[in-house]
Amino acid sequence: MSTVLSAKDFATSQEVRWCPGCGDYAILKTMTKTLAELGARPESTAFISGIGCASRFPYYVETYGFHTIHGRAPAIATGLKLANPDIDVWVVTGDGDGLSIGGNHLLHALRRNVGLKILLFNNEIYGLTKGQYSPTSRRGTRSPSSPGGSVDAPLSPGEFALGAGAKFFARAIDTDKAGLGDVLKEAHAFEGAALVEIFQNCIVYNEDVFADFTDRKNAAEKQLRLKHGKPMLFGADNEKGIRFNPDDFSLEVIDARSVPEQVLRHDERNKVVAHLLVELAKPVALGVIYKCPGDSFEKSWYAARKSGLKRSSSVADALRSTNTWTVT
Amino acid sequence: MSDQISMDSIVVRLAGDSGDGVQLMGSQFIASTALSGKDFATFPDFPAEIRAPVGTTFGVSAYQMNIGVSPITTAGDAPDVLVAFNPAALKVSLPLLSSGALLIVNNDSFTARNLTKAGYAEDPRDTGELDSYQLVPADIGRLNLEAVKPFGLSKSDGGRCKNFWALGLLMWMFDCDLLPIEDWIRQKFARKEVVRDANLAALHSGHAFGETAELSEAIPRFKIRTADLPAGEYRGITGAEALSLGLAAAGELADRPVLFCSYPITPASPLLHRLSRLGELGVGTFQAEDEIAAICAAIGASYGGVIGVTSSSGPGIALKTEAMGLAVNAELPLVIVNSQRGGPSTGLPTKTEQSDLYQAVYGRNADTPIPVIAARSPGDCFFVAIEAVRIALRHMTPVLLLSDGYLSNAAEPWRIPDMDDIEPIEVNAAPGPDDTRDAQSLAFERNAETQGRPWITPGMPELMHRLGGLEKDIDTGHISYDAANHQRMTDMRAAKVESVARFIPPQTMELGPQEGELLVIGWGSTYGSIFQAVRKIRKTHSDVSYTHLRHLFPLPENLGGLLGNFNQLLVPEMNMGQLSTVLRDQLGADPTPFCKVTGQPFLISELAEKMESMLPPVVVAACKPVAKGEAR
Ligand code: SF4
Repeated sequence: MSTVLSAKDFATSQEVRWCPGCGDYAILKTMTKTLAELGARPESTAFISGIGCASRFPYYVETYGFHTIHGRAPAIATGLKLANPDIDVWVVTGDGDGLSIGGNHLLHALRRNVGLKILLFNNEIYGLTKGQYSPTSRRGTRSPSSPGGSVDAPLSPGEFALGAGAKFFARAIDTDKAGLGDVLKEAHAFEGAALVEIFQNCIVYNEDVFADFTDRKNAAEKQLRLKHGKPMLFGADNEKGIRFNPDDFSLEVIDARSVPEQVLRHDERNKVVAHLLVELAKPVALGVIYKCPGDSFEKSWYAARKSGLKRSSSVADALRSTNTWTVT
Repeated sequence: MSDQISMDSIVVRLAGDSGDGVQLMGSQFIASTALSGKDFATFPDFPAEIRAPVGTTFGVSAYQMNIGVSPITTAGDAPDVLVAFNPAALKVSLPLLSSGALLIVNNDSFTARNLTKAGYAEDPRDTGELDSYQLVPADIGRLNLEAVKPFGLSKSDGGRCKNFWALGLLMWMFDCDLLPIEDWIRQKFARKEVVRDANLAALHSGHAFGETAELSEAIPRFKIRTADLPAGEYRGITGAEALSLGLAAAGELADRPVLFCSYPITPASPLLHRLSRLGELGVGTFQAEDEIAAICAAIGASYGGVIGVTSSSGPGIALKTEAMGLAVNAELPLVIVNSQRGGPSTGLPTKTEQSDLYQAVYGRNADTPIPVIAARSPGDCFFVAIEAVRIALRHMTPVLLLSDGYLSNAAEPWRIPDMDDIEPIEVNAAPGPDDTRDAQSLAFERNAETQGRPWITPGMPELMHRLGGLEKDIDTGHISYDAANHQRMTDMRAAKVESVARFIPPQTMELGPQEGELLVIGWGSTYGSIFQAVRKIRKTHSDVSYTHLRHLFPLPENLGGLLGNFNQLLVPEMNMGQLSTVLRDQLGADPTPFCKVTGQPFLISELAEKMESMLPPVVVAACKPVAKGEAR
């Protein structure tokens, strides 16, 4: 029997080098705790990252870890997953790494449904390169490279994922141990590509950019915590609900007490509602927004191969599998 | 029946529209001549467009082959026989032909429209410009349609059989056994009976035309002597076939699977296609979303304990550059195959060139050395693939393997090697867990001879470690920004690649003595042409030698000494002098470059001329005519 590991067993000897107060610390803590709770084996777990503040993550987890190059972690992780599908592969990326320079790889990892658990630390800014606006920055973001305010329209990770054909999309807040932990476990249990957007606070270059809905005092009013099969309720006393408005195909807030029968129940397999949920701003939807189980890429890839990556025939035979002749 | 003309070797060129099936016809013709024991070399010459407008000169697809007594190492300078399916094919091929060549032209295609499309103001059959050739006009289109009529094919479908008609005629001219081709047709079109029968009928009709046509005495028959190849079991092989089988063989020799990750690009795609069919040999393929993803997935595979291979052509290799740096820094094995083509940019995708040597040797940011090796012939691709994997696993490094579009598609008879004769590939085994050392430093404990570290992969208990593109401490393997450490790591990476030279055999001569007047140095696919040219020159100049490099970086340790034994050095290359630069840089040599970038292989004659210009003239007592077909 293998020993039971604790969160501490998943910490490395390396000194963690994020800015004090960075949201990454909280994510790291919840991650190692979740690994322990899941009973993950360090030798069969790998963290693959690209470049950016978030991508330092593998150095701090006592598993296999590969800190690669900017934007390419999903491609490297795909190769690893094909080489050894038994490894639990976690990809750690950020809004710049995953949605700007590496947007193409993220898109294809999602549409192929490669069995990767992809954590997208979204802080709406480039931290490591000192504060430039990122592809998720809101219009008008002032930064060293946009002193007059950025003019680009921001990308929504949720819409991107659903558009790419992702089969799993969830959201959580960096400091929300319970919510993030739940979502990480759901992602871990999912067979294909699971994208988790984590609202991460960069206290140096984009402090409190999500405070509007992450602040504890606002949480009840501004967050919609989704649970599969449960009504979409929020507010201090769950007095508000979400209803589908068939007139303009939108989601709207209603008084859940007066018309409880009109409150939508969350169905994680409903992609149409998932599209509306990722767009919803007030409240912000958290938890597993969309989940549609199906075969992973590696499973289909191996299924198409009689003996997996094992040799079932010899090169000596293959060399002779065409017309041959003998010269004497 | 006409008399047979006996020859040592003959060059045949087939040319037509891309849709005329000349590639298929050529490869089938070669297969049957090979079965009758002849040596051969082929050169498929594709147009850049998939289906260029019919009848145009830029849409001409050609297949050139040289058949005869060994050693045949090139597809031949000047064709002796041309089969032209239309005026454009005739126009493009005429300047290449040897004088007095035999022209078989498809009469039916010489319409006013086709002549105009080919840029002929007048019909060349009437103007006298073909007078110096032996013209055999044949109504290929009409006779073929008549032959396939009973099968009820549409006119256009029936017309597609004409390559088999022409093949039948060639088979008669070269006195080949029809049986293997008939078998092949039956097998290939087993599920399309009508097409099968029509193709067979077309083949027989063409064959009968040769035999019975009133003109038959005007159609010569050739008897080509059988090759004196070394004894053994042979097959025909293209470079793409040999390279894919070589990669699979390397996997078998190392007892590891191979994962080939690639993105489609001309002329590298045939490798992806071939390897996709080698699953039973423990080879997996992954078609990535782009070139960068392809190399990254291959790196991920190597990280996972499988032999990662990626492949592309120059422009795609450029995109992979950053990831090569990662593989160097992470000390992971990887093979990168470059099927070179003409450039820059999109350049000449279907034409061959050797112009990515600088890119391979020097083309990365920072001090990022990577071993570079190159294949010389279709069959050599097999052994070079094994060598690339051997180096990658021994030294835990990426390796660049240079091939080119010509090698990929060219074919030759190949003596099938005995796998038992090839040394197994050793893997740097992971150490057992060691309580006194942490896994991070164990992962970077390098072999003193090779600088190769152990291949520790996810899944191995107690050996978890972190790896990355950041500089790491030479001993502990942890991230290090220390200046002196970076110097030591840079030195280690250089020493690793230099150490490859200690494991490779000393450079030898292909032809000629170890010292003399002129040494010709070649690399890559120019081998065939240079070999024949030097052989020819050596008849009058015995002090000319030839050596051909497989290892381009690092160079063989004895190469500098060899170069010093000659008064003059000549480096023929299909680029603007890149190996000359490398030899100057690495060995302080001063070679004369001989460069050609026309997208076509070197002609033996132009190489011989160049050598002659560097040597004292030969005083000839009496002129002796050279028999046709000699010394090709
Ligand atoms: S720059 Fe921002 S994201 Fe990066 S470590 Fe500091 S606080 Fe965290």
